[in-house]
Formats: sequence, structure tokens, C-alpha cells
Amino acid sequence: MSQSLARNPRLGQWIRFLEHDRVRIATGKVELGQGIVTALAQIAAEELDLDPDQVMMLSGSSDEGPDELYTTSSLSIMDSGAAIRLVTAEMRTLLAERAARRLNCAPEDLGIERGHFHLAGERTGQSYWTVTEPGDLEREASGTALVKPHASYRTVGRSVPRRDLPGKLAGGGFIHDLDEPGMLHARILRQPGYSARLANIDGIGDHVQIGHFLAVLGDSPLAAEQAAKRARVRWTGERELDPARINAYQLLELPSRKHHIGADFADTTHDAELTVSRPYIAHASLGPSCALALYRDDHLTVWSHGQGMHPLRHSLARALDLAPEAISTIHVDGAGCYGHNGADDAALDAALIALARPGRRVRVAWSREDEFGYEPLGTAMVVRVSAAVDAAGRPVDWTTRIWSGPHVNRPGTTSGHLLAREALPDPPPQPVPTDPPLSRGGGATRNAIPLYNVGAHRICWHLVAGTPVRTSALRGLGAVPNVVAIEAFLDKLAAAASTDPVEYRLTLLEDERARRVLREVRDRARRESGQGLGFGFARYKNMAAYAAVAAAVTVDEAVRVEKIWCAADAGLVINPDGALNQLEGGIVQAMSWTLREEVRFDAHGVASLDWDSYPILRFDEIPEIEAWLTGPRDQPALGVGECTVGPTAAALCNAVADALGVRILDMPLTRDRIVAALLAGDDPAS
Amino acid sequence: MAGTWNLEVNGQAHAVQAEGSEPLLHVLRDHLGLKGTRYGCGLEQCGACMVLVDGDPVHACTRRMDTAAGRSVTTVEGLDAPGLLAAFLEEQAGQCGYCLSGILVSAKALLDRTPNPDRATIAAALAPHLCRCGVHARILRAVAKAATS
Repeated sequence: MSQSLARNPRLGQWIRFLEHDRVRIATGKVELGQGIVTALAQIAAEELDLDPDQVMMLSGSSDEGPDELYTTSSLSIMDSGAAIRLVTAEMRTLLAERAARRLNCAPEDLGIERGHFHLAGERTGQSYWTVTEPGDLEREASGTALVKPHASYRTVGRSVPRRDLPGKLAGGGFIHDLDEPGMLHARILRQPGYSARLANIDGIGDHVQIGHFLAVLGDSPLAAEQAAKRARVRWTGERELDPARINAYQLLELPSRKHHIGADFADTTHDAELTVSRPYIAHASLGPSCALALYRDDHLTVWSHGQGMHPLRHSLARALDLAPEAISTIHVDGAGCYGHNGADDAALDAALIALARPGRRVRVAWSREDEFGYEPLGTAMVVRVSAAVDAAGRPVDWTTRIWSGPHVNRPGTTSGHLLAREALPDPPPQPVPTDPPLSRGGGATRNAIPLYNVGAHRICWHLVAGTPVRTSALRGLGAVPNVVAIEAFLDKLAAAASTDPVEYRLTLLEDERARRVLREVRDRARRESGQGLGFGFARYKNMAAYAAVAAAVTVDEAVRVEKIWCAADAGLVINPDGALNQLEGGIVQAMSWTLREEVRFDAHGVASLDWDSYPILRFDEIPEIEAWLTGPRDQPALGVGECTVGPTAAALCNAVADALGVRILDMPLTRDRIVAALLAGDDPAS
Repeated sequence: MAGTWNLEVNGQAHAVQAEGSEPLLHVLRDHLGLKGTRYGCGLEQCGACMVLVDGDPVHACTRRMDTAAGRSVTTVEGLDAPGLLAAFLEEQAGQCGYCLSGILVSAKALLDRTPNPDRATIAAALAPHLCRCGVHARILRAVAKAATS
């Protein structure tokens, strides 16, 4: 059974019948720009034989919808989609049987059009809305309902326009836009690090102070912003960082917990080795975090663009010492987040102020500097792979060594807490880092196990607790450095074996779906004269969608990406155009990480606080992207949102190596690194 | 200094009471309730706040009220660009959508001046804008499609 359904078994947690021939479907997953709400409505419409426009969606409400934890890991179609499919199929069966009894016929004689039962092509006067009874919603899902065969799908598998896009093109739809007269606007004067203590406050007007949490208030966003600028706050006990030492390779020197996965170490000499690194990177949402809160009649309501409203409610309850039932958390769309950014932390900021000002609606808006300065970062990582090869140059024994900070510091997990808690009296201890188990895709180890036949394989990995900055989930977690390491290493082994890199991969791959995406990409990818061509492949988490990417680049002092090709196999695809949009978005974001992105530090923390110091790719740097879906559509749906990030980064690294004749293994592939590599003149096969 | 400033927004005349130094972005969002113009960085680096002032794309986050007074401002709400909107919907050129209002404004200014821009010209016109979801290729296609429709 779907985990979401096991957690929320009551049918009424998912479905409700509304007037005017409409049905409301509730989901705990939220819209982050990935189009999930549209796709989930398609699934419900399909199983209920409704038009999608009859399906209203309720998403991310702690009071009414199912608790589906966080919207993460490309799991929404696999989790929430599977639950909604089972719930709606069960309801359809139940109501068709009841209608059949009323009409004195067999359920299988009934047709259903827009929720109305037909018999021999004629309307019967019966519909979901006439036969449903209140007790239906109290039933528990069996989880064994008979779902439609894929071959009969009419709505699923069809490209359906995004429900929320027209409103957003008209300029609306964001949490930042919620407004009402008399609202209090707040800016946070944030504690600069865990140990910092408020020493002196000057030039401050209306404000809320709780321990070392300090917020200035105004009657407009501008008033709050100006109050924040006027305030002179002195902190003591600030930590001092050594910015020159904060980089991926520092992880090798920091204390860590060592884990071993897979085969024991063998007494085999490894013939080749390669080490890649990725720096700390930022989610860098285009819209800084925002939250609203209102405390009235002993009840706290919080509006947030976080990824999970039920976990947020529990985290707020813990932070504020309130009962969870005294809190409602309501999702409102924000800018894309790509993982755990400042959204949840802004929610606690707003809640703290609202509790101090009962009856007033409070709006907290982070500035751009707040967002870059205080969001949890994607951790830096180092991945070293080595292998022994046989006479044909194929790996027979493979070791992966990983050094990584934590990939998950989410509030509500054992390892994370909401940021402002650190400033409150009795702050929580620094989190003990944990990492998702491999059965859920792993964190640092995500995609570290090659899908290729590489002989005996082991992972030796170091979870570094004391990263100099807070780190947490960023799209793909460890998949990017791990896939880059594997794919760059395979190119190197292929070159050593004097074999075409794609042919070499195919000799190591048995999974036909993996082979198909690689072959399709190879067949379409073309290199113009003077360009480098590179390939990358992975099956995300080794259990979600397959993706192969090819990149054509020209390199002088900088990398120019000329064209990207991508084939992905996601099994059953609910909304093909929506899936393609996700493939393309992942490609562009991974290009930007690989070529540009690196968080900078100074003695106090993050120093790259704007888009000049944290540049991302711009419109004039984006190539044509040819992405397509392939593979068996009658197979289960595989999560697609993150499947292109690893293969894209790998394809770019391999394309640059192909163009230069020199392999650069430290991301991002900046101008400085290219020049240095050219001067060093390493041979990529070495 | 504080004063009453005359401003035409989306064809409608307003008398705005504000400090002369107040950013146009705040005037639009918080005095006039036009929330489509967005705060992204406050530094002219991301383009989320782009509006037209007398037909030219301008960053509303840094444009002072006193230098906008007496001029004609167009925001995404008043863009009157049905061809662009239709093309963005056809291409499904958006993910989170936070960048879109600014991008539509710059695209409109481009198409008003350059009837049939090629991809490079569109990309150059949109280079002041950031999109973090990676919808660039679709947005470029949508603007090209709007130009030819």
C-alpha cells in the first residue's frame, strides 16, 4: 500500500463531494512550481471518470488534508499519486455498486460520464452525488481497490496545462501578496550564528524581543525595512570562521562519523582513481522567504510556503510549547525552493511575533541578504572512486569514498530545528546529523552505488558533523557529486580501454531501460567541429526515473553550452509536458551549479549575499534543450523531478574534458579552473 | 521628502502620498495594491520587479518615487499583451512563476520595438532577468512565438 495511504487511511482525508458536480481532492504535497497539484488532479479525474475541471484541489492544510510529510525526493506522484489513485478507485467502486443496487443492475453494466451513471448509454439520474452517504468518508481505505488499466486511460498520460499558471502570469498567487489593512510587517535582526548573544540595541522602535530573537515592526513592508536599517544592534560571542579553509576538501579534515556499505575491502590493487568535489551551494530561491501568522482566541494560524504543513505544525508546536491542535498551518505558493530553504524558518519568525502581538496578523519578509545569509546550504562534498580493472579494461572491484556534511537538517526530523529556536531562551542542542538510509535513496550516498556492473562494490563514507554552516536538503542531495564521479571515472576507464564512452557503458549495463535512454541520447547527440561532447547517465536514487544526458560545449576560457539532449524513462507519466518541464528545469539548474555556483564565506558566515557574488546562469547562456520521454508507459510511475541533475552535471564535466583534453574535477568549472587545467595540461586518460 | 506625487499606472491617474525616496516597487505594491511587481533582490540584479516607465523597462526596486512622478507606469497587471500570455500558456513557460511578471514586462517592451527578434535578441533582452526553476528555453520559445503570432 502507498505509505501516504497507510498513514492517512480514512477516505474522507482525501476526498469529498462538493455541490455542482464537483469533487475535492486533498493532498499533503504542495505546489513548488513542479506542477504536482495539476498532475494529482489528473489521477483523481481518471479513476473517477471526471473531467479534470470537476476536481478541486486542497493542498497543504494541516487541518483538513492528509499528512504526507514533506514534498521532497521526487516522491509525490509515487506516494500521493498512488494514494489518490487507490482512494478514488475505491470510492468509484463503492458508489457504482450502490448505484447498481438502486438501479437493479450489475455495477459493470454502468458507465460513468462526468460522475453520472449511465446504463445502456442513457443517463440514469444517479451520480456520485446522489448515491454517496456521509459514512462513505469515514471508511478506511482497503488499499486493494481495483484501479483502471493503463490502456483505458483518458486523462492520465495527456499533457494538461498547469492549473496555477494563468493566475501567476496575471501577476498573482504568491504568499508575498497576502495583505490586509492593519497588518504588522516585520524584519528579523537575526542572531549571527548559534552562539551569538544580543549585547546592545540602539535606534530601535516598535519591536519584539524574545531572548536573542529580535524583530522590528512597522505598518508597511517599507517601514519594517527602514526600521531594520536604522537599528544598531551589537552582538557578542559571534563565531569566527576562517573563510580560506571553508571548502569541500576541508571535509576530509573535520571530525566525522565513518560508515561502510557493501562489500568488504578486498586485497585488490586498484588501477585507477579519480576525485571530484562540489562546493557549498545555495537554493537561491528567486523570492526570499515569507510567512504570515495570526494568534487569536488561543489558536495560532500560520501561512507558509514550506514543503510540508503537517511537519511544520509539529515543529512550531515544539518550538512554541503549544499543542499541535492549537496550530493550523496553511500552504500558500511561494517561489521555487528546490529543497529545504528558509521557508520553515520564516514561519517560526512570524509565529513568535504573532504570539507576542495577539490579534494582529503578522507578515515576515526576508530580504535577499537574509535569504542568502541564513538559508541552509547544500553541503559541499568530496567523492573519490577507484577500481581494479580486468584485461579488457572493465572494473572488477570498485570503492567509493565520500566526505559530506549532512543533507537533511529538516525541522521535525531528529536532526533539525527551526532556526529562530537557537535565539530563544533554552535553545536546543546543535543537531546530531543523520542521513536518509539508502532504502530511501540515501543522502550523501545518493546514487553512489553504480547501476553498472563494476564487480565488488563498497562505499566508505564520512558524515561530517561540524560543517561551518548549516546544511540541508537541496535538489538531488548527494546525487550530483556521486554521478559526476561515476560518469567521469567511466569516461576515464573507457579512454584507457580505447573504447567509445557510450559503448563502454553499454557493456557494463544490463538494465534494458537504462540501455535505452543511453542509446537514444547517443543516437541524437551531435558534435559540431571544435566542440566537446560528453554523456552522463543515472537512475535517480537507483529507483526513480532513468535519465541520460548529452552535452555539446565549446571551451575557450569559459564553457559555453551549445546544446543539451536528454532521454528519460519515468514509466507511467501523468502529465508528459509537466514532466518535460521538470527534466528541462533540472538540466538548467544543474548546468548552473556545475559551471557557476559556489557560496563564498567571510569570518561571520556566508558572504555571497546577492546575485553578483552568487551568479547563476542567465538567459543568454542557455542552450537549446532537446528532452524527451521514452520507455514503457505501462510500468509504474517513477519520480522525475530530480532525475536530470546528476546526469547533466556529469555530461558537462565529460564534455569539457572532451573539449579540453584535460579533466576538471572540482566544481564549478570556472574560468580560473579551466585556465589552470590548461596550464597543467593533464591528460584525461591519465 | 514627503509629498503628493502624480503617477499614471496602467492608464489610471493616481496621487500618491509618499517620501520622494520611496522605491517605486513599494508604491506599486503597498500604496496601490498592485502585487504583480515583485521583490527579488532590491539591487537591479534579478528583474523580478521590472515595470515599464514611459515604455522602457525599469527596475522598480531602485527607482525613486520622485523620479517616476509625472510618468506613465505599466505593470504586469496592465500589460495588455494577450499574444504574449497566450504564447506563455501554449508553451507552459513557467514553473514557480515568481520571475514571470518581470519577464513579461521586458518581453512586451522588446516586442513593441523589435517585431521579429531572433533567439539571441530575445535572450539579450531577458538577460537582466533570473529564473531559478530553469524554464529559460520555454520562455525564449514563448516570446518568439508571440512575435510571430
